[in-house]
Amino acid sequence: MNYFSLFNLPETLTLDTHALASSYQTLQKLTHPDKFATASAQEQRIAMQKNAQVNDGYSVLKHPLSRAQHLLSLRGLVIDHEQHTLGDPEFLMQQMEWRETLEEISSDEAALEEMQTEIQANIKDKLTGLASLFEDEQSNNEDIANEIRKLTFIYKFSAQIDAQLDKLDDF
Amino acid sequence: MAYSEKVIDHYENPRNVGGFDKNDPTVATGMVGAPACGDVMKLQLKVGENGVIEDAKFKTYGCGSAIASSSLVTEWVKGKTLDEATTIKNTDIAEELALPPVKIHCSILAEDAIKAAVADYKKKNA
Repeated sequence: MNYFSLFNLPETLTLDTHALASSYQTLQKLTHPDKFATASAQEQRIAMQKNAQVNDGYSVLKHPLSRAQHLLSLRGLVIDHEQHTLGDPEFLMQQMEWRETLEEISSDEAALEEMQTEIQANIKDKLTGLASLFEDEQSNNEDIANEIRKLTFIYKFSAQIDAQLDKLDDF
Repeated sequence: MAYSEKVIDHYENPRNVGGFDKNDPTVATGMVGAPACGDVMKLQLKVGENGVIEDAKFKTYGCGSAIASSSLVTEWVKGKTLDEATTIKNTDIAEELALPPVKIHCSILAEDAIKAAVADYKKKNA
């Protein structure tokens, strides 16, 4: 299933989120089960399947990480739910240091926010690099996969900072 | 999801947390990460003259199963030679800790951390 074609969008990592949202709304209306209330059982079933596809597709395309995984799967390499271990010592050392820093600044709201800004900039850089890897047909799928795997760690870390900020807000 | 008693024990009383100087030629450092969950694990082995692991330390950012897997591995590798240590299988770790199928990757991570550390040592002392 190619979700980019389903939503009539170009197969690129950088995506027009407004176009995605409006395409989603249109497809949602077209396939909504209420529209098929008086249709035959078979038509209802098909509409339900389409509607589920539209919802799945939207959630995949919405987030850059799952969008990148989907894009890579269209190039022939499936990496979601894999049990692969990443062994890039330099990258992992940095991840370790970030997590150590997070422990140190866990009660300092300003420092946490500053760190989040830094991580968001890092994510943006990584996405730009990944987008150009995708644009180059010569790119090796395994190289792309490794960049996506690295992004997984960074997004996870960014979520941890947010979780910590939420915790501070609760006090 | 319920953790087994052994996982909880290692999680609440992790053995050998910490690290050694990674530039020390007798120290083997294994860094691994699991993209599926974003867990990061550092395993360090202090290797004696005859290739026997004298001490081991770990630092893991991840779930209870990942912490327990690395904590257990630091206990298991002590007194083993590097070659013996690489025979530790993730299935042994998973069995000892009674890890559920969704947490098997934590034991794979710990096995790969040993392999990465041994590879680091061999590269350093080649």
